Amino acid sequence: MKYHPDSGLPRLENAGIDAWMIRLFDAIDEANMPWITALVEACEQALGDNLVDIVPSYTTVLVHYDPLKLDSQQVRDLLQSLLAGLTATDTGSDASIKELPVWYDPSVGPELALLQQQTGFSLERIIQLHSEHQYRVFALGFAPGFAFMGSLPAELELPRLSTPRKRVPAGSVALAGRQTSAYPQISPGGWNLIGRTPARLFDPTSRELSLLQVGDTVRFVPVDKEAFIRLGGDTTPTETLS
Amino acid sequence: MTQLSNNGYLKVIKPGPLTTLQDAGRFGVRRLGITQGGPADLHAWAWANWLLGNPWGTPALEITLGGLELKAEQDCSLALCGADLGATLDGEPLGCWQSFRLRKGQTLSFAMPVAGVRAYLAVKGGFIAEPVLGSVACVTRDQLGGHLGNGRKLTIDDRLGFSVHGNSPTNRSVPEAEQLDYRAPASLALIPGAQVAAFTGDSLFRAFNSPWAVDTRADRMGVRLLGPALRCTMNSMISEGIALGAVQVPPDGQPIALLNDRQTIGGYPRLGTLTPLACARLAQCAPGHQVWLKATAIEAAQNQYRRFRAEF
Repeated sequence: MKYHPDSGLPRLENAGIDAWMIRLFDAIDEANMPWITALVEACEQALGDNLVDIVPSYTTVLVHYDPLKLDSQQVRDLLQSLLAGLTATDTGSDASIKELPVWYDPSVGPELALLQQQTGFSLERIIQLHSEHQYRVFALGFAPGFAFMGSLPAELELPRLSTPRKRVPAGSVALAGRQTSAYPQISPGGWNLIGRTPARLFDPTSRELSLLQVGDTVRFVPVDKEAFIRLGGDTTPTETLS
Repeated sequence: MTQLSNNGYLKVIKPGPLTTLQDAGRFGVRRLGITQGGPADLHAWAWANWLLGNPWGTPALEITLGGLELKAEQDCSLALCGADLGATLDGEPLGCWQSFRLRKGQTLSFAMPVAGVRAYLAVKGGFIAEPVLGSVACVTRDQLGGHLGNGRKLTIDDRLGFSVHGNSPTNRSVPEAEQLDYRAPASLALIPGAQVAAFTGDSLFRAFNSPWAVDTRADRMGVRLLGPALRCTMNSMISEGIALGAVQVPPDGQPIALLNDRQTIGGYPRLGTLTPLACARLAQCAPGHQVWLKATAIEAAQNQYRRFRAEF
């Protein structure tokens, strides 16, 4: 990876007795993600069993190593050399696109009405806008398997709800700002709900655990109520659960 | 798998407000948004296991604020470390930082905090629970781990299993120097972080030279500190991974030290990172408790942690 003197990036920042923060970029961009995923793989290979945890996010990778085995400076030197030789992972083949079926319906997507009101678009147009775009997973966080994806078309941008819901149903497809996501399990949440997916986003018994991984390309595929039910979806209206 | 017939149980008569099972924590899966968990006070948890000869990582109970009552269905060797929560054994006061024997039919009770916030109860061989994603650490928010595997805290009539074992030859105590006085003001070692330069000089000076008070907003996710506001030239950042002990500063200037159940990513500028033992000490501070931040170098902090871990 080329060093950019203007921004001082990439840069290593101390994050405690067992961690370095690797800062690669200074702005959110879908083009960041092949670099981020390449760096995660490189760290896994270079640190092996001494890698305790690694947290990729929009512009950074947080690397936790075993502080009983490695010195801070040692890890710093290792990461510096990794960065010097880093090349982006080539992604972009259609095979790697993950598709999430979504039933877009006001009963499970109460903020569809708000979007219609704000944009003046028909329901069909909103569904089309949300589902024709391909998104990148920037980070997982907030809850196990919750994927922050972007970037949402500007027309669909809404602020978070001023009062978060206490109980957002599992599978709820949501958006806030220029990002979209789906809630893996029932949880509190302040994003705008526009539909529901029957996909199992987080399964502690599966090998991958989380259906979506950082760097993935994702597309939402509209399905009707019958298909949603056939795929195992729960049609209980949002407001009866919240 | 331990045979059922060889298991003994502690029955939960009263669960207390928040009693959870904790091993060292859940690692290797944080990239998926899965919280670390583990004992908020690593120091007391580790010594409780040490008293019984349990290896590092053995699951023990974290008892928050007391209120817990357990009845032994079989004899067992236990150890208690950390906060003084007014523990009694069949009504007789029970000292902290030591191992002891609980006989079948006897009751172990915890009343209210006398000093500190969290006590750790270990059993010889450890409490039995099925690991979830490699750990039994109970994280209620993630609905993972704990004695039932689903992130639930203890509740009435739960039974906590352990392998039946013989009597330990002697009752042990933790070395006196390690029996911390939680009533004293806490000095918390902090490794300054990369954004430290974004804070104004005078507010930074005050942060390290004035006392902070622990706020009522303090739990396993994080502890908010009240004091002279830190002024930062950055308001927010793009969300990124956050380490245990990261001290993040929201725009109101009142820092939050992030503990075991913190979310995996966050977007506030950070003053730096508390050492693991500073996190442990902070976890014993009740609201209103006075704490001081002391800057430390990473090498010194690593050495301190290695000396701590060498005990176990």
